[in-house]
Amino acid sequence: MDKQNKKAWLYLLPAIVFLGAFMVYPLIDVFVYSFEEGFNSASQTYFGVGWYNYAYVLRDPYFLQAVKNTFLLVIITVPLSTGIALLFSVALSSIKPLRNLFQTVYFLPYVTNTLAVGLVFMILFKRTAYTDGLVNLMLSWFGAGPVDFIDGPYWAKMFVLCFYTIWVVLPFKILILTSALASVNQDYYNAARVDGTSRTRIFFRITLPMISPMIFYLVITGFIGAFKAYSDAVALFGTDLNAAEMNTIVGYIYDMLYGNSGGYPSYASAAAILLFAIVLTITCINLLVSRRHVHY
Amino acid sequence: MKVVLQNLTKQFPGRGKKAEGVTAVSRFNFEIPDGKLVALLGPSGCGKSTTLNLISGLLEPTDGRIFFGEDDVTDLPPENRGVGLVFQNYALYPHLTVRQNIIFPLQNRKGADKLSRQEMNRRADEAAALVQIEGLMDRRPKELSGGQQQRVAIARALVKMPRVLLLDEPLSNLDARLRLQTREEIRRIQKQTGITTIFVTHDQEEAMSISDLIVVMKNGVVQQTGQPQEVYDHPVNEFVARFLGTPPINMFRGRVEQGRLYIGRDAVLKLAGVADQEVMVGIRPEGFLLREDGPLRCRLSRVEVMGRDISVVSSHEGAESAAIRSIIDAENRVDHQAETVRFALRPGKVHLFSRETEQALPFQLC
Repeated sequence: MDKQNKKAWLYLLPAIVFLGAFMVYPLIDVFVYSFEEGFNSASQTYFGVGWYNYAYVLRDPYFLQAVKNTFLLVIITVPLSTGIALLFSVALSSIKPLRNLFQTVYFLPYVTNTLAVGLVFMILFKRTAYTDGLVNLMLSWFGAGPVDFIDGPYWAKMFVLCFYTIWVVLPFKILILTSALASVNQDYYNAARVDGTSRTRIFFRITLPMISPMIFYLVITGFIGAFKAYSDAVALFGTDLNAAEMNTIVGYIYDMLYGNSGGYPSYASAAAILLFAIVLTITCINLLVSRRHVHY
Repeated sequence: MKVVLQNLTKQFPGRGKKAEGVTAVSRFNFEIPDGKLVALLGPSGCGKSTTLNLISGLLEPTDGRIFFGEDDVTDLPPENRGVGLVFQNYALYPHLTVRQNIIFPLQNRKGADKLSRQEMNRRADEAAALVQIEGLMDRRPKELSGGQQQRVAIARALVKMPRVLLLDEPLSNLDARLRLQTREEIRRIQKQTGITTIFVTHDQEEAMSISDLIVVMKNGVVQQTGQPQEVYDHPVNEFVARFLGTPPINMFRGRVEQGRLYIGRDAVLKLAGVADQEVMVGIRPEGFLLREDGPLRCRLSRVEVMGRDISVVSSHEGAESAAIRSIIDAENRVDHQAETVRFALRPGKVHLFSRETEQALPFQLC
């Protein structure tokens, strides 16, 4: 028994070492940093221990802006992208000809590089001295004035960011949902048909509950992914996100570590812990809600 | 409700350009009298499930008509036909409780047909009582055994008071003991409700034991229809004879010569009405009588005692298979050591089939 135990630990050792060194230790370290006041990364010294880093971050207007941006992004993009993906998947599942072609087309954005997509969006939305951009051209057909989506008003920039995020996460969600829809046993639909169930009722009472575990998975990962958004904003608005009022929490953390104002690992750690707390809370709420509505 | 199938045909298109279509059901003509329990019986791939789906409306026939009573329902969608369908895997909605599952068809009603909540619950309770699952109404399907799920599925099919009840392989997902129990149960429910019921099975014992009529199918073509005993006693061709009965019928290569039936060198029966020819002889296991001077001489392999009767396994040069199984009364004493065993035959249990057409050859004894 004892020997068996030792063997088991031996087999687990490689994983434990790597997880410990690269996951657990940094996690603890971030937690410790966030309480060390006036930490200097060059000399590895600090003045004292306390809540000052948190107080600073929570009073920092850039951080508050980043929190607002992130929350807006999450609240807008997660439900919208999941809903739109569901719509596309249902449509894809109900057509027969060209289904494979459409599935490929819808999956293409997933394999496209974020920054390349960002460039395309710049071309679509950016105003330059020579052109107002493609979207503004289309707006002008409907008599709407040109809007500067990249350097203009806050709502326009937020719109572009949300649009971009939804577009980027859509393919993966469509992929997951089409396979979830395909895995629902046809007999359920036949049974419902024989009983004269309307299409809407079939969708809400049979299809949705059947694929609810997958939807739940997408919502959870969607929330977490959106809370960690950063590269999308950089791709659209460049690296100086604070100036563009388009920073996200992860962007703020990055800036605190390496940006122009960088060199503040304590503030970055405090912000990271705050982000962790937010994501944890939201995920817990998700789990509680899902218990009633997800059927495994 | 009487169900009439006229010339019912279903062809599935082949996949690819050159592929030929498959005819799953071919020119099916049958009339099911009101209130009967009918089994569609055949090996897998014979078109019995397709026939059921055609009757339910889930599939459209390529040709032919379907009548419920006097109504032509061929062009009606399934929901307007008034059929209750029980699927092989039951297709119970896993996220709904038993009560919600049973009520589901009633909640689909619209307009004037709409029922009050009390009425729906009353009908659900009624259906549940019929299949004896009253105590399980608040459980989820996965908390039920296979047999209980089966009952829920039947209750869900019955709750809307269908004109015709259709069951697709209703017993195939159950273990042997439960199968016996459930088939009695299906018989009881059918008797009690009086609903015309059609069920599909590949198990001939199941079909024979509970149905009023059986339809034996092969490759989409109906071979024989009739009361189970009738079909068993008078199979129209070799396929039906082989398919019905456990243990299966024993087949011999024989010939008719001047009014005598020969199996190998043994002249086993005197008969009339069959021209001299090579024939296939089918003898039911219960068609053998142990006689010291019996005409059919077999080499004894072993004797299996089963209590009520004895199963004698022997071999004969004319037999198609290596072992002939005969079932004889336990009062007979068989010498286990003997090398040969001799049988007389019960004429009613002997069937002759043409070698060419495989059709039954009627004969008289003399």
